[in-house]
Amino acid sequence: MIAEIGLAALWLAAALAALQLVGGLVAQRAGADAEIARLTRPAAILQGGLVAVSFASLLWVFAITDLSVKLVAANSHTAKPMIFKLSGAWGNHEGSMLLWVTVMALAGALIAAVERRLPEKTMQATLAAQSFVALGFYGFLLLASNPFERLAQPAAEGLGLNPLLQDIGLAFHPPTLYIGYVGLSVAFSFALGALLTKQVTPDFARAMRPWILGAWVFLTLGITAGSYWAYYELGWGGYWFWDPVENASLMPWLAATALLHSASVLASRDALRVWTIMLGVVAFSMSMLGTFLVRSGVLTSVHAFAVDPERGSFILFLLAIYIGGALLLFALRAGSISEGERFSVASREGALVVNNVMLSAILAVVLLGTLYPLLTEAFDVRVSVGPPYFNPVSAIFVFPMLAIMAVGPLLRWRRDSWGRISKEVALLVALLLAALVLFGLLAEVAILPLLGLAFAITLGVASFLPLRGRSLRRAPLSLWGMVLAHFGLAVALLGMASESAFSTEKLAALGEGDVTSVGPWEVTLEAVEPVAGPNWTALSGRMQVSYSGGEPVEINPQSRNFWAPAQQTAESVLLTRWNGQLYAVIGTQAPDGRWQVRLWWKPLVTLIWYGGMLIALGGILALIGRVRSDLRRRSAKRKGAARRLEMETVK
Amino acid sequence: MRLLAGLLMALAALPLAAQQTLPPAPYAYRQLEDPAQEAQAQELMETLRCLTCQSQSIADSDAPMAGDMRHQVRIRIAAGEEPEEIRSWLMERYGDYVSYEPVMSASTWPLFAIPLLLVLIAAAIFWRRFRKRA
Amino acid sequence: MSWRLWLPLLLFSGFLGLAAYQLTQEKDQTIESRMVGNELPYFELPSAFEGEPAVNSAYFQQGGPKLLNIWASWCLPCIAEAPQLEALKEGGAEIVGVAIRDRPEDIERFLAQHGNPYSRIGRDDLSEVQLAIGSSGVPETFVVDGEGRIRYQHIGDVRASDVPLLLEELRKAGE
Repeated sequence: MIAEIGLAALWLAAALAALQLVGGLVAQRAGADAEIARLTRPAAILQGGLVAVSFASLLWVFAITDLSVKLVAANSHTAKPMIFKLSGAWGNHEGSMLLWVTVMALAGALIAAVERRLPEKTMQATLAAQSFVALGFYGFLLLASNPFERLAQPAAEGLGLNPLLQDIGLAFHPPTLYIGYVGLSVAFSFALGALLTKQVTPDFARAMRPWILGAWVFLTLGITAGSYWAYYELGWGGYWFWDPVENASLMPWLAATALLHSASVLASRDALRVWTIMLGVVAFSMSMLGTFLVRSGVLTSVHAFAVDPERGSFILFLLAIYIGGALLLFALRAGSISEGERFSVASREGALVVNNVMLSAILAVVLLGTLYPLLTEAFDVRVSVGPPYFNPVSAIFVFPMLAIMAVGPLLRWRRDSWGRISKEVALLVALLLAALVLFGLLAEVAILPLLGLAFAITLGVASFLPLRGRSLRRAPLSLWGMVLAHFGLAVALLGMASESAFSTEKLAALGEGDVTSVGPWEVTLEAVEPVAGPNWTALSGRMQVSYSGGEPVEINPQSRNFWAPAQQTAESVLLTRWNGQLYAVIGTQAPDGRWQVRLWWKPLVTLIWYGGMLIALGGILALIGRVRSDLRRRSAKRKGAARRLEMETVK
Repeated sequence: MRLLAGLLMALAALPLAAQQTLPPAPYAYRQLEDPAQEAQAQELMETLRCLTCQSQSIADSDAPMAGDMRHQVRIRIAAGEEPEEIRSWLMERYGDYVSYEPVMSASTWPLFAIPLLLVLIAAAIFWRRFRKRA
Repeated sequence: MSWRLWLPLLLFSGFLGLAAYQLTQEKDQTIESRMVGNELPYFELPSAFEGEPAVNSAYFQQGGPKLLNIWASWCLPCIAEAPQLEALKEGGAEIVGVAIRDRPEDIERFLAQHGNPYSRIGRDDLSEVQLAIGSSGVPETFVVDGEGRIRYQHIGDVRASDVPLLLEELRKAGE
């Protein structure tokens, strides 16, 4: 019964999305007050409610493990812990699509309910675009992959008890990225709405901004968590491989970062109109492209879990319609939208333009490097593009961007002079040079990590300079958000540069009782003992490790053998100190009885992920700040309108 | 006791899973004595692709073949070969695929030309936008 | 100005075409050896069986063309391949085995179970020969002519349909 309710709600929601599309399009011809056009907003709100019902039904059938539902039987099991039963609802193709439309429809309902800044016609066009994107997913869900399909004969037990997949990270990582992607789809809809009505105004940017910020926060968290997962799971101490799947999550982030900054120029200064629209389209394209690359398996990746060429062609089809359509509209319409206000190079906008160009160039490099093997394979040539390409080539654009990131926020809008901030600039340049000389002389560091260290320190200081001369308590929340996000990037950069410059590695063959050292650590392998878990057996190393002769600590890296499915994994141990991490892995036994042990000391490596979290926190603060000031402005407007009305009636 | 039974089961299961029983090559998991040589080897290994894995370098793969490739790299470096000689030795056998560091060639030139083009485009944008003070 | 607005669409169409084309293609995971056409590099491997002669590159320079089969007792497709190698042997091919990272006792057990089509078997414990001839997986089969030149590479297990093909390549190599 519950499953049927879910399916019915999904059909109704799809019908409402169609109504919403028609309403929004009719509005473009017949005006915002046409009968059917006025249904657009209510349709969006109702659609959100219905999809929520549908998704709740799916959660419910998973929660009670209703084995007459095919999806539950295939992906769940009565003996699973509740949290994994629930996460199983979106841990499969159909469920993840339903999650996608759910988040999307709820977002649509929210903008339909509260967003009143834009001209009604633009709003209707935006909602039409939103329903256009959603309809593709509804169509596929309802016609080709119904999540509520029943089995003729209920299954005796579910098939989804693979303990390897019962991982809290795996359960929540995909939805985090999805929410980011969907947030970008809202920005995309706003961009299309503005393009349809040619109303590219500061209000448009303000309406779009919270969605970009929200999406950006989720993408940041998703990338940070994914990188940490690779770091501890793969067992070789690497945290970023420039792998296609990693790049697929990085590209929307880069585009969203650029969009965030260009939208802020549009909101404050009514400039960069066409460019902001373009980025709105590009950011969502990158999410779809990323999904395509991950799901279709056209590129080889370490992280490819659910590869299916058929789904690949479906996503490619949607990609063609959405992005092809949007770019066509862009080519036809954008010519008649003026770029907006001009400005000088020494201004906040000027710096933001530099930032945008650099971010776009980095995005282009990542895109090129990721897709290039796909291109050559069409000519039967196989090439590999990896870290030795991405690191230096993207650095060409990263370091200029970091430089402008340090000074840009000190500049005023519209017109400023370098003379006004000369003292700050001199301080930062001195700091940069001092750091370069210091690290260059003290340690033998390669050029990129050296630049990274120096820029990280400079940017770390620079990011707080916009607060100078301000009352810290009165500084707006959005300013704090920017400061924190920029500082977070500096922190992450320091972690990366330090990891790359100062890590030490030790591969050793140790017998029981042998001692070795890595960096400041002394490591003793006391014994290797067998242990057993629910579905694995392991050889567990008992090691005593001590930091510069301090009190020893026991760690137990394991080499695990799972039996269903048969798989050998290394359970590494990460021992965190304030100034870095000790990373220990135990491998196989050599014929002479000694054990392969891999050890790394990675100074400041944890800063990479703390930095990522700070960036996300900055985004959250900015989001709260923006929404709060929007609400304040709105209530002020309403009060003003009420007073005016009062005055008029008094007259 | 149950633990022991489990262990025995796991050990018994090993031959069925077609495990490779030969121990890894001597220098697969062992560093060179000379730190400078080891650093050279490490740098090279990070840029060579493991041929049997999914997009990993031989420096961070547990695949046996990657181990054998690490062994080759280390003993060749120890014998005094230059890293680039080893890279080209492998590329003579496996083509561009084995190296993560694309070398300019007929099939890879766009990887270098396009970033250059991007630099030019960026310069052109700044020039157009900021040439005359608005 | 306006032609530039079409650029994004143009680039995107290019990507779409490429992606659509690649989706329809069978994903080619093989890495072909560049050594086909070149002389077999010098090598010297101990035999898998005590007392038997070594397997070396010089051996390929004498007599007619031979097959060089990269295999291992731990490799599952090699079991599937075994009857086809038998068929090749019956077709007159001489097959030299190179066992990758394998122990003599495992090799012996494998041959006892699945038959022994090899004239000689060398032990390549460090994948040295495999790397030297540009082989990237197990099993692979190379056709080497009488002068010790690699003429053809077959990637993956030999299926029944590949047998005439390999015999034909051998015949060509002998001309």
